[in-house]
Amino acid sequence: MKRHLISAADLSRADALLILDTAEELASLADRPIKKLPTLRGRTVVNLFYEDSTRTRISFEAAAKRLSADVINFSAKGSSVAKGESLKDTALTLEAMGADAVVIRHGASGAAHRLAEWVRGSVLNAGDGTHEHPTQALLDAFTIRRRLRGADSSGARGAGLDGLRVTIVGDVLHSRVARSNVLLLSTLGAEVTLAAPPTLLPLAVGSWPCAVSYDLDSELPKSDVVMMLRVQQERMTAAYFPSVREYSRRYGLDVARMARLPEHAIVMHPGPMNRGVEIAAEVADSVRSTIVEQVANGVTTRMAVLYLLLGGTEFPVTEFPAVAR
Amino acid sequence: MCAASNPVAGRDGLAVLDAEEIRRALTRIAHEILERTHGGDDVILLGIPTRGVPLARRLAARIGEFEGLDVPCGSLDVTMHRDDLRLHPARALGRTDLPPGGVDGKIVVLVDDVLYSGRTVRAALDALNDLGRPRAVQLAVLVDRGHRELPIRADYVGKNLPTSQREVVHVLLTEVDAQDSVMISDDGRQP
Amino acid sequence: MTAAGPGMDRDNTGMDRDSTVNDQVRWLIRGVTIPADGHRGPRATDILLGGGSIMAVGAGLDHAGARVLDVGGLIALPGLVDLHTHLREPGREDAETVATGTAAAALGGYTAVHAMANTDPVADTAGVVEQVWRLGRTAGHCDVQPVGAVTVGLAGTRLAELGTMADSAARVRVFSDDGRCVSDPLLMRRALEYVKAFDGVIAQHAQDPRLTEGAQLNEGEMSARLGLAGWPAVAEEAIIARDCLLAAHVGSALHVCHVSTAGSVEIIRWAKSKGWAVTAEVTPHHLLLTDELAAGYDPVFKVNPPLRTEADVAELRRALADGTIDCVATDHAPHPVEAKETEWAEAAFGMTGLETALRVVHRTMVDTGLLDWHGVADRMSVRPARIGRLTGQGAPLAVGGPANLTLYDPAAPAEVVTPAGASKSRNTPFAGMELPGRVVATFLRGVPTVLDGKLA
Repeated sequence: MKRHLISAADLSRADALLILDTAEELASLADRPIKKLPTLRGRTVVNLFYEDSTRTRISFEAAAKRLSADVINFSAKGSSVAKGESLKDTALTLEAMGADAVVIRHGASGAAHRLAEWVRGSVLNAGDGTHEHPTQALLDAFTIRRRLRGADSSGARGAGLDGLRVTIVGDVLHSRVARSNVLLLSTLGAEVTLAAPPTLLPLAVGSWPCAVSYDLDSELPKSDVVMMLRVQQERMTAAYFPSVREYSRRYGLDVARMARLPEHAIVMHPGPMNRGVEIAAEVADSVRSTIVEQVANGVTTRMAVLYLLLGGTEFPVTEFPAVAR
Repeated sequence: MCAASNPVAGRDGLAVLDAEEIRRALTRIAHEILERTHGGDDVILLGIPTRGVPLARRLAARIGEFEGLDVPCGSLDVTMHRDDLRLHPARALGRTDLPPGGVDGKIVVLVDDVLYSGRTVRAALDALNDLGRPRAVQLAVLVDRGHRELPIRADYVGKNLPTSQREVVHVLLTEVDAQDSVMISDDGRQP
Repeated sequence: MTAAGPGMDRDNTGMDRDSTVNDQVRWLIRGVTIPADGHRGPRATDILLGGGSIMAVGAGLDHAGARVLDVGGLIALPGLVDLHTHLREPGREDAETVATGTAAAALGGYTAVHAMANTDPVADTAGVVEQVWRLGRTAGHCDVQPVGAVTVGLAGTRLAELGTMADSAARVRVFSDDGRCVSDPLLMRRALEYVKAFDGVIAQHAQDPRLTEGAQLNEGEMSARLGLAGWPAVAEEAIIARDCLLAAHVGSALHVCHVSTAGSVEIIRWAKSKGWAVTAEVTPHHLLLTDELAAGYDPVFKVNPPLRTEADVAELRRALADGTIDCVATDHAPHPVEAKETEWAEAAFGMTGLETALRVVHRTMVDTGLLDWHGVADRMSVRPARIGRLTGQGAPLAVGGPANLTLYDPAAPAEVVTPAGASKSRNTPFAGMELPGRVVATFLRGVPTVLDGKLA
């Protein structure tokens, strides 16, 4: 694996399977009396969160602590960061503190790339603007594999997601979760379809490794997985769709639509949900929904990533590729 | 990208145990385990991946044949507890599979193919410590090649094999390598 | 000092030089090559400069008392004229001053630059444009012709005092809100009409603000992949089309700043075919660079209008070659380090370009066979001076003409560009790239501003 995890495109199929298989092994940790491994003892992981996201930050924190790493939390509010300290100066401060890894969540696309130029440790992208969120895609893939490729871990191990049909629904244009998932799912062999109104798809989506549909209903009976994306109300004022009501009517996953899914199909959502907008409450709470286990799987997958990035030699051989000129 | 056990390079080594000798050694160890644990009650066998696992299964099968006793058997991966993690890129993990009933109060017999520096066993003891509190821990190995770097010794040994540190010991098992044999070669490298 | 009134020759000569013109040191430029021009082939010859003019051209010239510059192998071009530069003074002297910016210009072979109006305060009054004009004369590296804002404060709601600026000592003829688009069609119409009174020209920064709110990068594959808000080509093309029609309707002149798309070229070609008074410029960076460079999110590649695709670059080169695009203008936009050393979305738009412009044109147009050196002289000196309504600049090298020339070594070994230079700012997108050629000397009305590649 490379030194950083910034984009799902950084992962080859072998890399992705290694992460998923490692996560399988680490999953059993949750059932043990001592939920800790000594592997990252003495390493420092910094959570640099410019956006409010308690859920993701706690997930990374738990993952790092279960591997015995020291965790330092740097959140935007009430710190020098909020007072306008530049990303570069914050990075240099973290360097001085000896961070082995920095987990960064930021509102600007490309923030993780820039940070990687200023710190010597590993950079883990926990979501940069509308660009990517690779660990979300990994935990989604892990969840899909567990549910659909092996009831117990022995069936899933080493397997990809070949032949599985995944439909991602919603605001793809502004979604870092969608970008990472399209990349990772296709790397793992799944067939991905995006379902959204044309205004919420990038114009260049034709060059992405996925199909596109404007009609959600026709995709449902062929889907093994339906992944719902959160739709922000603000998009309405920028004329992406006429009203929340119309959006829900055409692209919301309600109970009737859920009934059109094949028996085995699962429903996913990266959270937080707008119940009643993109997903009905009953659907979110149904047995098909993986929303709760996605959270637990998040800790396990992030443990696997941290282990593979930090658990070996200090500075692995393969560096992140520099900007091509 | 992971450093799994390397497949054997150079089968030009000298064979020190053939399939028949391995079979006899395992039979003897199985009997010894039964003797020393006074009948094998509360014994569980945990193989250390990779080749400790099939060895543990074979021992469990032998014990079952001799005494009609169903000895619980599993695997214990030690990668996360190794002391040399920072010297190599991060390795893929092996399987940890504990028998139902866990390790608390049991006599755990760790099973591995080769005992050398003792560091793997130390890691296994640490891993075991986080899983529970066995009544006792014992160690069974197919080959003891000497050169201990820690105060660790085996309770059951298939064959004592004095070696020089330049030599490499290759254990081949049918379950993994399609044949049973133990070979020594002079590769001039540390294993 | 009285301002020249309408009807008198406009000539932005430096006051310091006026008083010493007749005492000026003469220069003999020996062995220089004047490029082929369609009438005659390239010829090595000597040029005698004195009294601010070209006194003689030929072999065996009497050069008693003149300093001699042996320049075998170099080519002579009329001093370059930039229609589009940001000198940042007044207001952003941390990024550039008139002195440092014009020094950079001289090193790039320029003898005149048009200083854009988006300073602080905005150059929307006679007071500010005269201040900039004076700063240029004092620095003395090249002529500074201030551009006046079209609207007060660049706010796009009220016309600025265009006439007063035209009548001022700065003799403004080019007006632009560059940085912003004059998007209100009625205001643009009025501006186009109004400047007819004094032979002015409106230079439009074509960018529909509604289609480009929050835009960061050309809308295309790269913007989709990188998660950056797209800047669609149509936002430029639609404004250009509208403005060409408006200019034709009221019978006025339109100049289009920094054309960046193939679609814009098509529209300008069409407008010219109708005989409309439309001119256009392209930047050096749009002749070479594409949006793929944004892959690492380095904001040195963030510019307005954005870098586009290979297809756009190819069409822009063709258009410059066939004259649909009239000239190269640098849009030199210096920024301090902290404005570029940050997340893409936070970073300022803009690239420097004065010192590398001629070398980029050399690489993209001459080395590719699209334009010869005579054509370069036309696109980088003659036409920009004409569009800017400058006299005393952009004149082909001939006896009696102003002694503004650039001596360039086309055979200099290609060198890697470093950010260091005369400009105060370091945001060049060409850092680390090899560019051919070298500006060896620049003469401004017979006085060298650059000798042997260094400020004189």
